[in-house]
Amino acid sequence: MSARILVTGIGVAAPSGLGVEDFWSVTRIGKNAIGPVTRFDASAYPSRLAGEIHGFEPKEHLPGRLVPQTDRVTQLALVAADCAFADAGIEPGTIDPYAMGVVTAAGAGGFEFAENELRKLWSEGAKHVSAYQSFAWFYAVNSGQISIRNGLRGPAGVVISDQAGGLDALAQARRQLRKGSKLIATGGFDAPICSLGWASHLHGGLMSTSDEPERAYLPFDDAAAGYVPGEGGAMLILEDEDSARDRGARTVYGEFAGYGATLDPKPGSGREPGLRRAIDVALTDAACHPAEVDVVFADGAATPRLDREEAEAITAVFGPRAVPVTVPKTMTGRINSGGAPIDVVSAVLSMREGLIPPTTNVELSDAYDLDLVAVRPRTASVRTALVLARGRGGFNSAVVVRAVD
Amino acid sequence: MTRRVVITGIGVLAPGGIGTTAFWNLLSSGRTATRGITLFDPAPFRSRVAAEVDFHPERHGLTSLEVRRMDRAAQFGVVATREALADSGLDLAAFDPYRIGIAMGTGVGAISGLDTAYRVASDEGRIAQVDHMYAPGHLYDHFVPSSFATEVAWAVGAEGPSTVVSTGCTSGIDSVAHAVDLIREGSADIMITGATDAPISPLTLACFDAIKATTALNEEPETASRPFDATRKGFVLGEGAAAFVLEELGAARRRGAHVYAEIAGYASRSSAFHMTGLRPDGREMAEAITVALDEARLDPGDLDYVNAHGSGTRQNDLHETAAYKLALGPHAHRTPVSSVKSMIGHSLGSVGSMEIAASVLAMEHHVVPPTANLRTPDPECDLDYVPLVARDHRTDAVLTVSSGFGGFQSAMVLARPDRRTA
Repeated sequence: MSARILVTGIGVAAPSGLGVEDFWSVTRIGKNAIGPVTRFDASAYPSRLAGEIHGFEPKEHLPGRLVPQTDRVTQLALVAADCAFADAGIEPGTIDPYAMGVVTAAGAGGFEFAENELRKLWSEGAKHVSAYQSFAWFYAVNSGQISIRNGLRGPAGVVISDQAGGLDALAQARRQLRKGSKLIATGGFDAPICSLGWASHLHGGLMSTSDEPERAYLPFDDAAAGYVPGEGGAMLILEDEDSARDRGARTVYGEFAGYGATLDPKPGSGREPGLRRAIDVALTDAACHPAEVDVVFADGAATPRLDREEAEAITAVFGPRAVPVTVPKTMTGRINSGGAPIDVVSAVLSMREGLIPPTTNVELSDAYDLDLVAVRPRTASVRTALVLARGRGGFNSAVVVRAVD
Repeated sequence: MTRRVVITGIGVLAPGGIGTTAFWNLLSSGRTATRGITLFDPAPFRSRVAAEVDFHPERHGLTSLEVRRMDRAAQFGVVATREALADSGLDLAAFDPYRIGIAMGTGVGAISGLDTAYRVASDEGRIAQVDHMYAPGHLYDHFVPSSFATEVAWAVGAEGPSTVVSTGCTSGIDSVAHAVDLIREGSADIMITGATDAPISPLTLACFDAIKATTALNEEPETASRPFDATRKGFVLGEGAAAFVLEELGAARRRGAHVYAEIAGYASRSSAFHMTGLRPDGREMAEAITVALDEARLDPGDLDYVNAHGSGTRQNDLHETAAYKLALGPHAHRTPVSSVKSMIGHSLGSVGSMEIAASVLAMEHHVVPPTANLRTPDPECDLDYVPLVARDHRTDAVLTVSSGFGGFQSAMVLARPDRRTA
């Protein structure tokens, strides 16, 4: 029996709040953070809403020299990591640097930065491209910058599995802990709100074209007609139990108890989607009976086919209306690799407070046999939570987090 | 007892020839595949040399739909995967699809596709924001390269745990290590892994020009990649893919598979120092090597060959040489060390997997590939870098390393499963 893997620090950069307490004070009451795009002129595009983080001034949080060499996604990741380390109470020099590492999930990389450099390349010429472009945009930049800023000289990892990657990163962090690391900072971030990012999202044909912030992203609703992209993410400090105890970790938010992942079959194969299997694997991995699960943080794709698949998987595992289901992403939009780590943070905060944050704006469709925590939060004892994430291309991941006494 | 994971299938798509046989022919002959860039007009750039793959997707079984859907790098990955699967002799239809997983590496994903998309949809920067109506289809799949894992999964019928690993220039080792972990922990029985990159694009050239990382030896393209040589001028960009079929040793033996090598040890460490700079002492790379050898239960003296990162920048060559001396002690001077980047260039994320393939083929043939173009040894690099000519050499255990932006250092030990262990 391997040692338990504990969540001992959290940091959040979300449209609904920068910093854990700001984020939770908004999330717990179900306040919408989706609004018109302001980071570029979206008026000419068919979709014009996003979950943006307003009022974020990187210079208030980061050394001045770091700002011009980093994309917004990296700035958000660095700030959330700072918060998570501070929250965990890690004193510099107390843990062997080779025993500390970082695993992040990436989605698009630093593409706002890259788009600016592409503009210079094609309109002004090759000599105008920034030297920082060589590392500011690529998918590993967040793990690299976080390791440098926090002196993490152990393993570094980066996974990309679209929206599911945010959970896959946590699972990879657990593997590194089981192989001997003492502490891994892990999470995921995305910030695709630039014109090239927008064109990319639009090409999937899955974005909402609504202009009403409270009617645009409606998973499990009869009016579900696509998603709204958001920006941000969350960082968690994971430690193995012995190491956390040895250093006297002051807060234990919960245990990372189980994980499962699958990929959907190629379209047209006639085989069942993989989500139910991913949930089964995660529950088995956590030695957890479905009846022990107190809440499911669903993926909430908000396209009818994907909603139906997810509702069917949840019902198949738990039974009809047998477990509360919520999608707090309705407040922030879908943040690719950042979305699921934020949900894991919400899950451990639900345990702390005994409150399930709501799925805002949604009226549950009669087509789904779900107990959806719609519109208003619900008071409930939460000991075990299941977090689901599904990515474009068929990725399904499930994580079980459990309260620790 | 930990499950032991072995390579039973290899596919390579490299500059100089497509397929594993062509790859080994190039490496063992000491020829180079670097040349003046032909994929686009390189005139505006400081560095105009690269190792390109002559690739016609339709000749390798990709359908029109697949060509339209995938970026060049994804196409490379699928073609290499199909070769690896055929080489393994496995009939995946006989396996539970949930027990087959994917871990594909890439350093820069579909950067070439994104560069082209931007160029078109912004009308070469004439309009400030891209016009989505002119962006190519499947742009999202270029933007978020997890699509590479999906494409490979669809090509082989996998439905188990699947992801893309993207740790920059160590991606090609780290993806294979990720696949090993999934088999060892019991999450999968078969893993399709490897890495792919097609980074030769105007944006890549421009940013490496800006930091003078790539060579300026434009007049001598065939000899432009010169790791460990005093006349080096930076690395030569490459492209390509390598793919592997991994399975558990016992299962491979029971079905009578050809076992190329066990992936016996691995570690990654970070220098936590600078995004592009390296600490000269090589300590993090040395630490990764030591931990990888421990995991393989081998001593430095058991290594028959070191497949170097050898990118051909002075910073790297000194860093790496120092790391070998730290980690291997006196054996650093006794073990042949070579860089195949001298022949195939540096394809960023995928080259680590191509170097695993080179290492395994060295074991297969008991031939160590050379460091091409090494005619003027750098006095500060004083190991046996196997200059110019391949060497017949009994090879049962190999160390391969990658070093990359972000400060990441990865080391992997490949060995015959029946080796003696420490």
